[in-house]
Amino acid sequence: MQPSKGRPRGVGAGQESSIGPYDRQVPVPAEETGQLRYDDPWYDALASGWGESAGAAAPAPAKSPSARGEGKAGVVAADVYLEVQRSEAFQEVRRRYRRFVVPAFAAFFAWYLGYVVAATTAPELMARPVAGAVNVAMVAGLGQFLTTFLLTWAYARNARLRRDRAALELRWDTQELTRGVNGGAP
Amino acid sequence: MTGEHQTLALLLFSAFVAVTLAITTWVSRHRRGSAEEFYAGGRLFSPMENGFAIAGDYMSAASFLGVTGLIALFGYDGLLYVVGFLVAWLVVLFLVAELVRNCGRFTLADVVAARMRERPVRIAAGTSSVTVSVLYLVAQMVGAGSLVALLLGGTSGAARAWAVVGVGALMVIYVSLGGMRATTWIQIVKAVLLLGGTIALTALVLVRFHGDLDRLLLTAAERSGHGEAFLAPGLKYGGDWTARFDFISLGLALVLGTAGLPHILSRFYTVPTARAARRSVVWAVGLIGGFYLMTIVLGFGAAAIVGPDAVRGSNAAGNTAVPLLALDLGGGAGSTGGTVLFAIVASVAFATILAVVAGITLASSASVAHDLYASLRRRGGKPRSEVAVARVAAVGVGVVAIALSLLARDLNVAFLVGLAFAVAASANLPVLLYSLFWRGFTTRGAVWAVYGGLVPALVLVVLSPVVSGSPDSLFPGVDLQYFPLQNPGLISIPLGFLAGWLGTVTSAEVPDEARHAETEVRSLTGAGAA
Repeated sequence: MQPSKGRPRGVGAGQESSIGPYDRQVPVPAEETGQLRYDDPWYDALASGWGESAGAAAPAPAKSPSARGEGKAGVVAADVYLEVQRSEAFQEVRRRYRRFVVPAFAAFFAWYLGYVVAATTAPELMARPVAGAVNVAMVAGLGQFLTTFLLTWAYARNARLRRDRAALELRWDTQELTRGVNGGAP
Repeated sequence: MTGEHQTLALLLFSAFVAVTLAITTWVSRHRRGSAEEFYAGGRLFSPMENGFAIAGDYMSAASFLGVTGLIALFGYDGLLYVVGFLVAWLVVLFLVAELVRNCGRFTLADVVAARMRERPVRIAAGTSSVTVSVLYLVAQMVGAGSLVALLLGGTSGAARAWAVVGVGALMVIYVSLGGMRATTWIQIVKAVLLLGGTIALTALVLVRFHGDLDRLLLTAAERSGHGEAFLAPGLKYGGDWTARFDFISLGLALVLGTAGLPHILSRFYTVPTARAARRSVVWAVGLIGGFYLMTIVLGFGAAAIVGPDAVRGSNAAGNTAVPLLALDLGGGAGSTGGTVLFAIVASVAFATILAVVAGITLASSASVAHDLYASLRRRGGKPRSEVAVARVAAVGVGVVAIALSLLARDLNVAFLVGLAFAVAASANLPVLLYSLFWRGFTTRGAVWAVYGGLVPALVLVVLSPVVSGSPDSLFPGVDLQYFPLQNPGLISIPLGFLAGWLGTVTSAEVPDEARHAETEVRSLTGAGAA
């Protein structure tokens, strides 16, 4: 769909040009993610598939504790996220996301509510014929379909062109940083 | 109703059941029993596969049977459902899909619990997820019941009851043996079948009217006996202000509810990245939008060709409009074409119900095992495998849903789904949005947001004309009706948001800035996503 442009950087950037294989493949090799999860402060004991049968997929090292309870490493990892959150690159991604989503959400929500309220409070207006059997209500209903399709396309386009690359780089950098403070595992 | 189409329909339906059971066993051959695999199918589906599965999960009996029935009976007012069902996907796409994929692992509670004290939040979100799922399940199984009653010619209670029990048993088998992988493939197969059936019927309706949509609408309006009013809003929800507020309430519930449906949220965990989650929603919007456009044609087609009186005569709530339309399009009762089409449509509808029901059962069993059981089990009790608990939970959810469906069998399925959406929008959406976007959100706020939406929504339904106080109620003999609207969304959705805000501003807890940072960074970049 979208040919790769800009500087090639980080893992996965080279695969941008072909979207199919890229999406199927997490930028981190599979077995690595499996392990990452276990020294990840995000998931503590409750959340991480307690009591899974011993032969289960990921070779969960029995001793790897959940980092949140571990204190120090967890605290430092939290700092990583604060640091990333304050970084200019992240704020730019967030800004681009919000700049599209907030107005688009407001627009379609108002348009939908307006449609519903008009259908209940102004039936005469909605019943006004436009052409043949088609009246204002029909046009409005089909208009809702049309705007939904258009906004879906616009959102996907915006995300693909303006957010994806930056988000992927941030993801990679963040994971590098958290791995660093967690003691370089695996 | 002749014997042949019953035999043929049963044959086709058995074929579908056989295929799906084969998928289930084939998929579960290589099962390793990890939670990742059971709940999320290993997260290896492609966006297109997941898009079809989402469509298969979402295009329920409520849409295929219920909405077309409402359009056939009430004309334009049935169309509101369709618009709401579709527009809701913008909420999912903009605010939920990618972020939830990045933040959670298996359930809605995962996203919220990441920032909060885990236990209370998991219990609250788990409870509301299970409640929503059971309501939604009931709607689907009521649809299965009325379909069978029609198919077997009688309105015999026994046939309906057995249909409901049979669907319940099958869904438990799919889910507990096959997990997410089997469920997803069943949904994909079903989506293809349903779209194929709908396209064929739509084409036949259009051929009948020589492609002249105008004449289709005019004929429908004429046969309905309401004339032009059939094509404008107001037949069902016009009249007094109670009905109008009901309409607004329903509209709100539909558009906000989808993003809180547990079985839809759990679909985003089956793809590897947020980007894949987004692309699967784009696929889903295309498929679902096309499907709903066709159901509009089918609904008006049923009004024009079968006529509202015949539809109402077969099932008062209109749930059988499409099968009747198929019978007529094929050449009428007794003809070969009619028999074949009727049988095909009936079995497609069955497939639809089975697939949707399997998806919901899976999501609710995940909530029970991953959220509720994990939080409530006794410390020091013998730990059981989470997946084993989830399998047992699937059976439990199935039993409850069967019992409730037998009770609610005379309600319109689209309407029942409207209730499920209202509860989802009140209990699940506020807490989800607050925890994704509000820096100062606290544990108390999260718990209050869930219960503050869930309890009012359920209480208002109990006090509404749906349950008592009118001739169409579940318990016509009792009068507990204190709330005039059938759909509680107008009141309970704002209450859910309000309760979350109140709980947050009144709690002494200092929001954990670092964990908010983590949620925000993860949600937008996917760092550290499972």
